[in-house]
Amino acid sequence: MMNFDYVRPANVADAIAAASEKGASYLASGTNLLDLMKGGVSRPSRLVDVTRLPGLDRIERLADGSLRIGTLVRNADLAHDAEFARTYPAVAEALLSGASAQLRNAATVGGNLMQRTRCAYFYDAGSACNRRWPGAGCDALQGENRLHAVLGWSEGCIATHPSDFCVPLVALDAIVEIEGKSGRRELPLEALHRLPGETPERETALERGDLIVALRLPAEAKDFAGHARYVKVRERTSYAFAVVSAAAALRIEHGKIREARLGLGGVAAKPWRAREAEQVLAGAAPDAAVYSEAARAALSDAKPSGDNAFKIELAQRILVRALTLAAAGTPDRIPALPGSPFSSVAGA
Amino acid sequence: MTVELSLTRDPAHLRHGSNIGQPMTRTDGVLKVTGKARYAADNHPPGMVYAVIATSCIARGRVKSLDVAAAKRHPGVIDVMTPAHKPELAEDPDAKGNPFAFRMELLQSDAVRYANQAIAVVIAETLEAATEGAALLSPRYQVEIARVGLDAGEAYAPPVVGIGNPAEVRHGDIDAGMAAAAKLTDATYETPAQYHNAMEPHAIVAVWDGDRLFIDTPSQGMGFAQMRVAGLFGIPPANIHINSPFLGGGFGSKGLISGPQVLGIMAAKLIGRPVKLVLRRSQMYGPVGHRPPTRQRIRIGTDDAGTLTVINHEARITTSSFDDFYEPAADASHTLYASPAIRTAHEAVRVDTGTPLFMRAPGEATGSIVLESAIDEAAFARGIDPLEFRLKNYAEVEPTTGKPFSSKALRQCYAKAAERFGWAGRPLLPKQMRDEYGFLVGWGMGTATFPAIMFQGNARAVIRADGRGVMETGAHDMGQGAWTALAQISADSLGLDFDQLTFRSGSSDLPDAGIAGGSGHTATVGAAIHNAGAAVIAKLAELATADQRSPLFGAGNAGVVARSGRLHRRDDDARSESYADILARAGIAELDGTGSGAADAAAQSQYAMHAHGAVFAEVKVDPQLGQIRATRLVGAFAAGRIINPLMVRSQLYGGMIWGLSFALHEEAVMDRRSGRILNANLAEYHVPVNADVPPMDVITVDEHDPHVNPLGIKGVGEIGITGSAGAVANAVFHATGIRVRNFPIKIEEVVMGLAG
Repeated sequence: MMNFDYVRPANVADAIAAASEKGASYLASGTNLLDLMKGGVSRPSRLVDVTRLPGLDRIERLADGSLRIGTLVRNADLAHDAEFARTYPAVAEALLSGASAQLRNAATVGGNLMQRTRCAYFYDAGSACNRRWPGAGCDALQGENRLHAVLGWSEGCIATHPSDFCVPLVALDAIVEIEGKSGRRELPLEALHRLPGETPERETALERGDLIVALRLPAEAKDFAGHARYVKVRERTSYAFAVVSAAAALRIEHGKIREARLGLGGVAAKPWRAREAEQVLAGAAPDAAVYSEAARAALSDAKPSGDNAFKIELAQRILVRALTLAAAGTPDRIPALPGSPFSSVAGA
Repeated sequence: MTVELSLTRDPAHLRHGSNIGQPMTRTDGVLKVTGKARYAADNHPPGMVYAVIATSCIARGRVKSLDVAAAKRHPGVIDVMTPAHKPELAEDPDAKGNPFAFRMELLQSDAVRYANQAIAVVIAETLEAATEGAALLSPRYQVEIARVGLDAGEAYAPPVVGIGNPAEVRHGDIDAGMAAAAKLTDATYETPAQYHNAMEPHAIVAVWDGDRLFIDTPSQGMGFAQMRVAGLFGIPPANIHINSPFLGGGFGSKGLISGPQVLGIMAAKLIGRPVKLVLRRSQMYGPVGHRPPTRQRIRIGTDDAGTLTVINHEARITTSSFDDFYEPAADASHTLYASPAIRTAHEAVRVDTGTPLFMRAPGEATGSIVLESAIDEAAFARGIDPLEFRLKNYAEVEPTTGKPFSSKALRQCYAKAAERFGWAGRPLLPKQMRDEYGFLVGWGMGTATFPAIMFQGNARAVIRADGRGVMETGAHDMGQGAWTALAQISADSLGLDFDQLTFRSGSSDLPDAGIAGGSGHTATVGAAIHNAGAAVIAKLAELATADQRSPLFGAGNAGVVARSGRLHRRDDDARSESYADILARAGIAELDGTGSGAADAAAQSQYAMHAHGAVFAEVKVDPQLGQIRATRLVGAFAAGRIINPLMVRSQLYGGMIWGLSFALHEEAVMDRRSGRILNANLAEYHVPVNADVPPMDVITVDEHDPHVNPLGIKGVGEIGITGSAGAVANAVFHATGIRVRNFPIKIEEVVMGLAG
């Protein structure tokens, strides 16, 4: 491994100063970064360890009804916070469907947001990858790409964002709080991750030195607690990234869907908010026909980027499933196999 | 418990059963769970430095340059071993001294034969420095187009497959069998490349002392390793001391010493200091063997009654561009089903990978999943229950040779497993069963089989003055508990209680125990131990029965029986004498004896020797999303004498899980242009996790085999995979009506076939 500076700043201001240098990278638990460094994919010259920064590991209920989650809160701690799981059940289920227990114990909220794609060509230093080396080309495009993007991809990059956590978050209008050289700012999570376009190497809207300090769920996110699910199809029952996943959160009043929130995972370079589908559902009675119509709307712009046409069909079916399950009501407790189709009734 | 079992060719004074057959827990279990078991990479001799291999990222071509200077400038780097700077070898590593001397890349040239091949070794004071040194070499290549996959080149008939088997076998009249078929199932299947992925990576700590070499390295065959290393370095095999007390799995990849391990020895020689070299996980995808991909066409003909008329099983396999290992996939069709005409044939294609090698059930695993799937297809085509179809075509003698089986309790396996599973009443048609939640449910079955193989192994037994015993054999415990089972045999062979025995193993300084492979280690070394124990007890009996002062005087050799450290007269159990007393009176400090174990050629020429089993699987499939989950696995196995039921059950569990993995999960994904493996890590090379493993039932069916070897052991290391993979695949068909013929079964193949 290359030699690098390791600094452990005492406060956020020092951290930002230390990370503003070229080649610097923040380090939280390193569940992704250390693998990337060992594989030679990332070669930071300085690691700025933020794990000891004070005050960033709290879950706070704010006066306006929103919830503020410090960037250093561990995935497992958040998912197992009883009130959190009750209030944002799809988020807790998504968290628990990800990685392994060991990784969830280590991984942080901010780190999860910042994890890199699992595209094998990104990890394979011998392959051309526009993310690693702008202008190099994309070897995934003609390569082994059955798991790659079907939405929002470009000729420059067909990678997907691997997070489960982000999928219900983006559906619930989560907000990211950022500290940087020019002070504090906020971004909707939906605007944090970028689609590749002409510049796949710019994966997020963060500038050099920017530190995600917290994640906020707005007050209205609570209104979906009674009808919220996360469903994830994967190639083994646990410890696998999503082939496709979906979060569905509904506000049902008087037998009608007042408001729907839908997110898709494993389909694009960012956690995908399915707004067209939400509009189809708004005001409708919850039934199979409208779910299908919504699912078609969600994928109407989808196109295969390789051997992955099945993901378009699968994404629609998983949206229908997530909607069916959400409409049936959030279960009293998170299922033993979180996110798994086998955690619940198989619908029809 | 002292059960006496009658065994042919068993010396009359031995009482097997006091320890054998007991479900003893691992003797090394506490060491392992407390971290005190010292694996190869745990060693750290004084002055030791670290070696890290730099690997090629191209699959074919040449290394044009390496920036050795940059690597050497890195703080802590001691030296860089390259084709231009290396210790000379006494033997060309590409020379084929014997069929098991597989070619290895030891920096003899700048040629690159596959991705992940070693192209240099960086030696440094720390692992980190060596790792960075390797990265700084920044190799430049002259790249040639990689040959990837089963269609990469002209197929040819290999000279042999597996270990010396003919590439093509014909039994009966194939054309007549085809003509007689009222129905012909003709299906082509593909299985992927798979990598052993033992939990413990290949590792070596090498220390030279003049022309003596001391190595800590995991090995399934220390004798073979000694010979190979001796040849390469031009020193006598006896000068090579291999210490291999524990293996974190091998599955065949540690059967022969690999190139990277030899590079560690070369690095130690180059710099004159002890060297540790440990492969990274990703580096295990190349130089240490793999299971090659196969494409298998199988034609199964049946007459109107559902009786087989022909099995014609053809396999295309890949091998490396530079060596010859041919996965005997089609050979799985030789022994199981009574067809009047059977043909198996292989063709091979050379590709730019490391050489494939023996991987747990080599040939049997790849062939079994295809044969068992195709048998299921044939039964379905005939409208016959898959179990009934198999019973209808049950082989009473080995079909391709006509030999009787030395023992074959397969019928009992079918019956017991089917009953435990609840197979009766299974609907013939697929997609008929749903559970209470709406998931599709399918039931499938497969027949398991594996040959009872023996190699050559030796043991030395000692009775000491204090009456305690010692058994020495250079055997290999891959984690399956071999030492415990072998110690149980040792105690019985010496007529001792388990705690009266010291069992020594895991070192090449002990009698060569052959190779732990082919599911034959317990049979082979067990026989050696049995004979060594018998030899010592015979000496002891001779001493006692010839001595007038002994209560055993005059009993004659066959007239005593050894038990719990005493010899008893067979005709009068009350008259006995302890081993210690016999030796003390004779003034002898210790008695020793040696024994060897090997297959009995005469018995082998008379009998077909195989273990058998039957596996039943239940899967559930999401009717819209296509996700598959195995929910039950039941296997019944007849594998001769069971030495330790606890460990045998674990071996069979492990094999069955591997079968499940074969059907649903495991696959090395290779880029079709570069020849690089894209999932060379345990996050994306999927094997089942706990949540994928269903409740499992393993039944062992009693089988007394008087022919296979003195102890009647057939071996259980590999059979669990066979049958299981096909059973799971057949259950997926039964659940969905979709016959997936590319393994592992992927979600898109199922989901697109379901209505949605």
